[in-house]
Amino acid sequence: MLGGFTIMACAIYVAVNVLISGDASQFVYLEHTHIPDTLAVCGEVFLMLLVCFLSIKYKKYYAIIFSLAGTIPVLWMDLTGRAVEGNPHVRIDTFAAVMYLIVGVVGILICIYASGYMKDYHHHHTDVADRSNYFLALMFVFLGAMFGLISSDSLSWIYFFWEITSVCSFLMIGYTRTQEAVDNSFRALWMNLLGGCGFAAGLMICNMGLGISNLSQVTEGGAELIIVPVTLFAFAALTKSAQFPFSRWLLGAMVAPTPSSALLHSATMVKIGVYMLIRLSPVMYGTLTGVMITVIGGFTFFAASLLAITVSDGKKVLAYSTISNLGLITACAGTGTPEGVWAAVMLVLFHAVSKSLLFQTVGDIENCMHSRDIEDMHGLIIKLPRLAFIMIIGICGMFLAPFGMLVSKWAALKSFVDSGSVWLVLFLVFGSGSTLFYWAKWLGKICTVIHQSFELEDITPRSEMVSIFPLTSLIIIMCFAFPWMSGNMIQPILDEAFNTSIPDVIGGSDVIIMMIMVAMVFMIPIGSRFLSIGKNSKMTMSYVAGVNAGDDRHYIDSFGKERALYMSNWYMRDYFGENKLLNPCIWVAAVLVAVMLIVVVGGAI
Amino acid sequence: MEYGFIIKAILYLILAPLIGGLLSGTDRLFAARMQGRQGPPIIQPFYDVNKLLHKQTTVVNSIQILFVSGYLIMTVFTGCLFFGGGDMLLVFFALSMSEVLMVMAAFSTNGPYSIMGAQRELLQMMCYEPMTLLVAIGFYYAQGSFMVADLVKADAPAIIQLPGFFIGFVFILIIKLRKSPFDLSTSHHMHQEMVKGLTTDLSGSNLALVEIAEWYDTVLMMGIVGMFFITADPISRVWAVIAIIVVFFIETLIDNIFPRVKYITMLKVTWAVILVFAGTNLLILNVLK
Amino acid sequence: MNIAKSPWVLHYDGSSCNGCDIEVLATMTPMYDVERFGIINTGNPKHADVLFLTGGINAQTAPVVRQLYNMMPDPKVVVACGICACDGGIFKDCYNILGGADKVVPVDVYVPGCAVRPEALIEGVVKAVGLLEEKRKKLKESLKQGYCSVDYSKMAIHMTADDYDPSNQYDAVLTEEALRQQAEEKIKVSAKPAALAAAKPANPAPAAKPVNSAPAQAAPAEKGDNA
Repeated sequence: MLGGFTIMACAIYVAVNVLISGDASQFVYLEHTHIPDTLAVCGEVFLMLLVCFLSIKYKKYYAIIFSLAGTIPVLWMDLTGRAVEGNPHVRIDTFAAVMYLIVGVVGILICIYASGYMKDYHHHHTDVADRSNYFLALMFVFLGAMFGLISSDSLSWIYFFWEITSVCSFLMIGYTRTQEAVDNSFRALWMNLLGGCGFAAGLMICNMGLGISNLSQVTEGGAELIIVPVTLFAFAALTKSAQFPFSRWLLGAMVAPTPSSALLHSATMVKIGVYMLIRLSPVMYGTLTGVMITVIGGFTFFAASLLAITVSDGKKVLAYSTISNLGLITACAGTGTPEGVWAAVMLVLFHAVSKSLLFQTVGDIENCMHSRDIEDMHGLIIKLPRLAFIMIIGICGMFLAPFGMLVSKWAALKSFVDSGSVWLVLFLVFGSGSTLFYWAKWLGKICTVIHQSFELEDITPRSEMVSIFPLTSLIIIMCFAFPWMSGNMIQPILDEAFNTSIPDVIGGSDVIIMMIMVAMVFMIPIGSRFLSIGKNSKMTMSYVAGVNAGDDRHYIDSFGKERALYMSNWYMRDYFGENKLLNPCIWVAAVLVAVMLIVVVGGAI
Repeated sequence: MEYGFIIKAILYLILAPLIGGLLSGTDRLFAARMQGRQGPPIIQPFYDVNKLLHKQTTVVNSIQILFVSGYLIMTVFTGCLFFGGGDMLLVFFALSMSEVLMVMAAFSTNGPYSIMGAQRELLQMMCYEPMTLLVAIGFYYAQGSFMVADLVKADAPAIIQLPGFFIGFVFILIIKLRKSPFDLSTSHHMHQEMVKGLTTDLSGSNLALVEIAEWYDTVLMMGIVGMFFITADPISRVWAVIAIIVVFFIETLIDNIFPRVKYITMLKVTWAVILVFAGTNLLILNVLK
Repeated sequence: MNIAKSPWVLHYDGSSCNGCDIEVLATMTPMYDVERFGIINTGNPKHADVLFLTGGINAQTAPVVRQLYNMMPDPKVVVACGICACDGGIFKDCYNILGGADKVVPVDVYVPGCAVRPEALIEGVVKAVGLLEEKRKKLKESLKQGYCSVDYSKMAIHMTADDYDPSNQYDAVLTEEALRQQAEEKIKVSAKPAALAAAKPANPAPAAKPVNSAPAQAAPAEKGDNA
């Protein structure tokens, strides 16, 4: 475990170094050694055998097909020497450094959180066998694979790490070994392996058809047929980043203990997909693939935000919100413009921090209150003030004005308008309406002040707070630091990807105004305390038509009896319910994906 | 430029409540005359706010005042940003921030009427949010800038290119100004199931702050209506003022003609109107470009 | 500016036969158009300045009337509309009627009539509005003393006909006069009253204690019985 932390610390160190050096050139290390290649091949065989074994054990034979279909051709290609050799395998550029920072910082914090959380988890769930060491080990393997994937430039290496993350997430989701967990984990597995097949196909076309072995060669473009592997990679990325029609695996992933959801949703798994898309973004500019990816992303953003309105399980809302935000990132990357990439990277950064914080807080609230339902979070600000404040900051970070996500959304809007994608603009504006609705009503539940209520015991262990506090402060710091981040982290990425320097996406005076807003948001509470506004106010009950029983939660009925009174949130299940909307959305998106694959791949053949 | 911004912002700060209050008084007067009665004096809203400020404030909890003052400050800030010549998108994002603060004030009370009002207000925001964002985008399409300072120097009035956006915006103004078919969250006519919805548990100076914030908001909205007509030509400002008066009159008329609708009707109708008018307009603009 | 220029009204039906209610609502219609005077029917005690009570008070409505009255921010006036609200009217001797509105809340203006005529009602409101300004001045004084931050949220009302006790009928009612009296008593007791009062606005608990023993002599002066 210590080793794991050391590796991550190293990774962060490298990332900081790369960023500080400010050198726009790519750090490419030439490596001809065959040993890592052999290891990768062995690893792939091992993963394939593992999947086969578990599939047979749980009688889910379909997973074997996907696993074999993805792995065997690649093995054949590698072993028969048809793969292109002699190119650098590793690349560490600014984008990789930024991703290192995300994976490193957020990953470390989640691991710290997990060590405390798993103890509590097994305290509450005595029916689940305690395999927390195995769980922690998996997390580190996962993070290791992430680092590997980010640093790799060789497509076959990326494919290897890609499969590792698929299988790791599968194992993590199935941690509890209940029937639900097994079903969901296999759903995650086959969807991701399907994406893996797409990736493998792309990889083989690159190697055998185009004589390309590296991602950087793909993004340089050139060859006309390059769009075919790009489309296949994009398809793989869609499965990884849980876009419609592949979203259901991410929704199922919440059966796992909280740290794994936090990890899958924020820093790792789903970010691989968008990482690939952002890498491919320049090639997708102006192509049908780009358009289709954008449309799928925009559609996912809108549909998932509508679906998020209808669920009351805290983790499920977070899951839908993840899908929705990833849709936005996907759409941004699909436009292929520098502004789009700017927005996408910003969204990745802010989303990773906010979402991991939110997942951790929901996990803690669940440990304290034995429920993660939003309705049960009614009056959280009285019951668990500390967690409630953290949660408020996290939620504000997801959708309110001066906070990061909104800045990125703003840039996204600009990039969509500039790229002339009208449908996307419409998806975005309607989607932001519904996004606002589901976040604000959650926020409202938390902010409700219940009289004569009592504080619950906050049993959040110190180790979890060690993780939560830095993340909270990161959200606040990132509000102030975003101009710096834009200049020093994102600009170099754009330089690398487009070989052009673009003007600031969000200009000077706006930044100042944003800063004023951020300052105001934090000044208003402090100011009102010092000015002691409302000191002449009289405390009273809330208005319940004159029959308030005194605690705002009961009223006196016409027989003189006390009756409970509770206002639940709106879910509008009759209109946007999961059973109404989910399947049509999946079908629509499936058709879009099929059209993309058929037109682009079929057209090339 | 900086000085110009500050002067304009300060002018807005001082004049907006006066204009907003008068507009609100005119609205009540119009409504009274439409119903065939004399109606209150035009400065009645000032009397009301003055009274509220002099009354004792009752609160349900101590954070209510925080949210309400936050609402006022953010609304004023938004208006300053707009009239100072700031970024349209930022204006609308800041506006939704201020609205969320108001909704939180209602949520925090835990009163049934307040919370119902808050939920409905959120739904209303969901209804008009797409249109407000689209207005900013429409101006950007038409005149190539999000900055209000650049937009007022246009050669031709934006309405020529954005008639659909204008219709959509006037339509959502019904929600924004809390007019009758869509005044779901704060019923302002007596004896309705909502009591006063969002503001039920606010009183005294808190309520006065909300009223003042709504004046600022009204002026901001009217300013956006005017934006559709303003060009570099000074005479266009007259047209803008006329347009504002006409739109305001139409809103009052709608208020007095229509009964309230159910929330789902509002959602369907507003989204359909936005999609049909603003969406089509956007599509056409995009094709013409 | 005078605060009396915008009296907002809350109308509550104690146990009326609805005759007076219809007249009260008629007053609000375009025919009589009291909005000329800035009068609005709010339907919400927290926004209201004037409480219109119609009908006699019975055991079931008494706690409701009190709660509504308590929720109204000071200064406030109560208008008893119709003879039933004034003293019980023809229902006075019914088994369930406690009497007029002044049995539970301090009434400022009594407007008789069966049913009350809108013209009389308008005059009553105008008289009540006159009292508002007076009450505001008193409120200002008591606010200076810092004694108006009373925690009414502690005053749960659980009352049915069985546990109604006329002797403590004003227990939940704290007029500004009563508050001022309390303030003066406390000033006498305490060494540095103003500073103490100002320093503890957020903690109204000490001021809330005397509520249950609030003096019954806070009964209203019968200011308006000539109306």
